[in-house]
Amino acid sequence: MITCRELIDFIARYLENDLSPEERSKFDRHLAGCPPCLSYIENYRQTIVLSKAAFGEAPPPMPEDLVKAILAARRKAT
Amino acid sequence: MSAQKSAPTPRRRGPTGEEALVARLRAGDEQAFEELVNEHGPRLYAMARRLLASDEDARDVLQEAFLAAFRSIHRFEGASTLSTWLHRIVINAAITRLRQRRRSEERSIEDLLPSFRDDGHGAEPAIEWGETARSAPEREETRELVRRSIDLLPESYRTVLLLRDIEQLDTAETARLLDVNVNTVKVRLHRARQALRSLLDVRFRESLS
Repeated sequence: MITCRELIDFIARYLENDLSPEERSKFDRHLAGCPPCLSYIENYRQTIVLSKAAFGEAPPPMPEDLVKAILAARRKAT
Repeated sequence: MSAQKSAPTPRRRGPTGEEALVARLRAGDEQAFEELVNEHGPRLYAMARRLLASDEDARDVLQEAFLAAFRSIHRFEGASTLSTWLHRIVINAAITRLRQRRRSEERSIEDLLPSFRDDGHGAEPAIEWGETARSAPEREETRELVRRSIDLLPESYRTVLLLRDIEQLDTAETARLLDVNVNTVKVRLHRARQALRSLLDVRFRESLS
């Protein structure tokens, strides 16, 4: 039986389906008897979802002075 | 970074439109350069601000990156889209800037990682975050909390988390850009997610009590 420490070390590989069948079986057996680790994995998965959502899809507009500065720098460089 | 009005959705060019824009850029057409900046600038500026956590540095990097793109447009072969090509140029410029300003000792991430008893079991059992976290992605207040929490991560971990989970680069490319090996990227990403989980856990536990 693997420990919580060992399980948590392998979460990323577990979520990417990167564990061997034997490792996966040990992982699942631990999870079946360890609600805190099950919660930890769920938190970890939610953390990834929240990170991706944190920055949204549409970026804010670029400040007009920055656009002007970039265009001016290009003119100066040519 | 606070909530702001979104930039207008960039005009989508088909492959032919993009080829035409590249041809005009190569010919030194000033209007074409302005179109390039207006179409791709907002997304690239947002990315530079995320990576650098500094508006001043993001502005400098964006300016350098657009000039670099303008100077090397003759080397753009169309193997990727213009958008992907620019994305890589800005990431490279941002990482160079991060290296230049890395002067002070980075703080340890250990305090944000889970702790264990001698028998390998968790010292502080995790609990499910519940509805607050599940509905969180839609709430600006929570997105702001997550952005602020990401900014609290030690820089080498924050950078990997941003490149892998937000910019969606693969492990090999992230390793190449940061000049570290693939295993280092995997370890840093895992630790960064664990540390971010710990920072969010404090807030989500509060909301459960």
